[in-house]
Amino acid sequence: MKKIEAIIRHFKLEDVKNALSEHGIAGMTITEVRGFGRQKGHTETYRGTEYAVDFVPKVKLEVAISDDRSQAAIDTIIKAAQTGQIGDGKIFVSDLSESIRIRTGESGNEAL
Amino acid sequence: MIRRLLLLAICPIVAACLLLEVAAAQDRSESAGDNAGDNTAAQIAALEAKADEALLAGHNGWMLTCTALVLFMTAPGLAMFYGGLVRRKNVLGVMMQCLFLMALMTLLWALYGYSLAFGGNDKGENPYLGNGQYLLMHGVARSWDVATGSIVKPMEGQIPRLTHMLFQGMFFIITPALICGAFAERMKFSAMILFSILWGTLVYCPLCHWVWDGGILAFGAQGAIAGGALDFAGGTVVHISAGVSALLCAIMIGPRHGQGLEDMRPHNLTYTALGAAMLWVGWFGFNAGSELLSDHLTASAFCATHFAAATGALAWACYEWITHGKPSVLGAASGAVAGLVCITPAAGFVNPMSALLMGAVAGVVCSIACGWKGRLGYDDSLDAFGVHGVGGTLGAVMTGLFATRACWDIAAGKPLGLLEGGSVLTGQIAAVVVTWIFSLVVTFVLLKMVDATLGLRVGPEAEQRGLDLSEHDEEGYILF
Repeated sequence: MKKIEAIIRHFKLEDVKNALSEHGIAGMTITEVRGFGRQKGHTETYRGTEYAVDFVPKVKLEVAISDDRSQAAIDTIIKAAQTGQIGDGKIFVSDLSESIRIRTGESGNEAL
Repeated sequence: MIRRLLLLAICPIVAACLLLEVAAAQDRSESAGDNAGDNTAAQIAALEAKADEALLAGHNGWMLTCTALVLFMTAPGLAMFYGGLVRRKNVLGVMMQCLFLMALMTLLWALYGYSLAFGGNDKGENPYLGNGQYLLMHGVARSWDVATGSIVKPMEGQIPRLTHMLFQGMFFIITPALICGAFAERMKFSAMILFSILWGTLVYCPLCHWVWDGGILAFGAQGAIAGGALDFAGGTVVHISAGVSALLCAIMIGPRHGQGLEDMRPHNLTYTALGAAMLWVGWFGFNAGSELLSDHLTASAFCATHFAAATGALAWACYEWITHGKPSVLGAASGAVAGLVCITPAAGFVNPMSALLMGAVAGVVCSIACGWKGRLGYDDSLDAFGVHGVGGTLGAVMTGLFATRACWDIAAGKPLGLLEGGSVLTGQIAAVVVTWIFSLVVTFVLLKMVDATLGLRVGPEAEQRGLDLSEHDEEGYILF
């Protein structure tokens, strides 16, 4: 099993969600996050006082998925979230040692 | 509300009808001769009493509405305007200061504040501070006169003294609340309370007496400094005193921990924008209500107030648009408040076109003044000085330029402002200087006293956690 964490643009969330759903991935978790990579922050001005805002708001999307379907999911996210501009975000993939459905106690791929 | 408005509209009509009736009755009585005299005199007296009642209903209805509007300025108006500007960990701290002062200052006003501010003007013997004539609401509240067997209803001009006391009491509340913007996010709540009690008693009450109760700054009063100052609704009494004291507070309490390093952006500008709009509405009560009755000049003051707010908002936002490339919501909101502050002393003395100009000047100048703190190194967190101190000073001086006898013929036909050849400008500048020095000196002593007894600041750890938790054991936003 893999855990896919994708940091994406806010306005791409709907596209990514729909694309993943079309591939039969019905479960996901999203979080509002802030961070920075190559995309620079911006400056905000309040009554003439300037603040450099380094942390850019993004959405983090987490999907747990079986090994055989993970590459397809990654491709789907890339396709749906891409604009080609700096700031499109990143995808991190890690091994997932276990998953359990609380209602039934099922575990492993059964619980995804 | 509609019923009240209708009542307000009907009262003058009824009064006019009754007066016409009185005049007609007088004509009839003259032609009827002496034999019917007694009966007619009684009728006239009854009609006059009814006419007076109708007038009182109009004036009192308007003034009580204004009183409520001015209270509305402190909370929710100022509470939201300031509350949105702090970081989220201090939002309750600021709102509590506004809310608590509504209660605390009311108590002081009832016990002795009103008397210190407005006692003893009729004799002209108390140029520096009011006397004890209204202590504990004595001579303000209704009382029973045993000698005549009737209720005594004290009056002040055209309105009940109770209404006058309440209306002025709302000013006593908002003035120290304005100062809270300077020491926001770091002052001890207990220290704020002690400071506000002392400041209200020793700065506000004397100043209020000097300007509005025949004291040493009252226009045309005997022995007034440079002839006294025109201050329609509190440019000196409220805004300069609060703004200048705020500057000293910001300097003496020191900058917020992490100033210049941490993210100190306003946590919720939607509050601030709505709070500014509430202040704009409440200010109609503040300025137009300062006529203390409802007449033609009330409408003039209302108009000047509205116009100055409008150009203030436009000027600040457009100034930002030109200098920073974008107009900000905070700029428009602050500009409206700056325009309102500036027009406060002038509201009943200037015509609408002057008000437009005054608001615009205030919008630009206050916008620039808010940038000084960065260069000079003091941390006036919410710009109480930049908006109220600078805007109030500007307003007092510009009143000396634009005041016109066409609005209020206060000097028996003599011209007032410099633009119509009058000489009130010297009195305005003198009042500004006196108010600055007095506010600075007394505030300095009070802050030293409070610092020595309670300490002004919360500890660094408490400041880091935020005043909501460290001073009140609460959080503003609990999101499940």
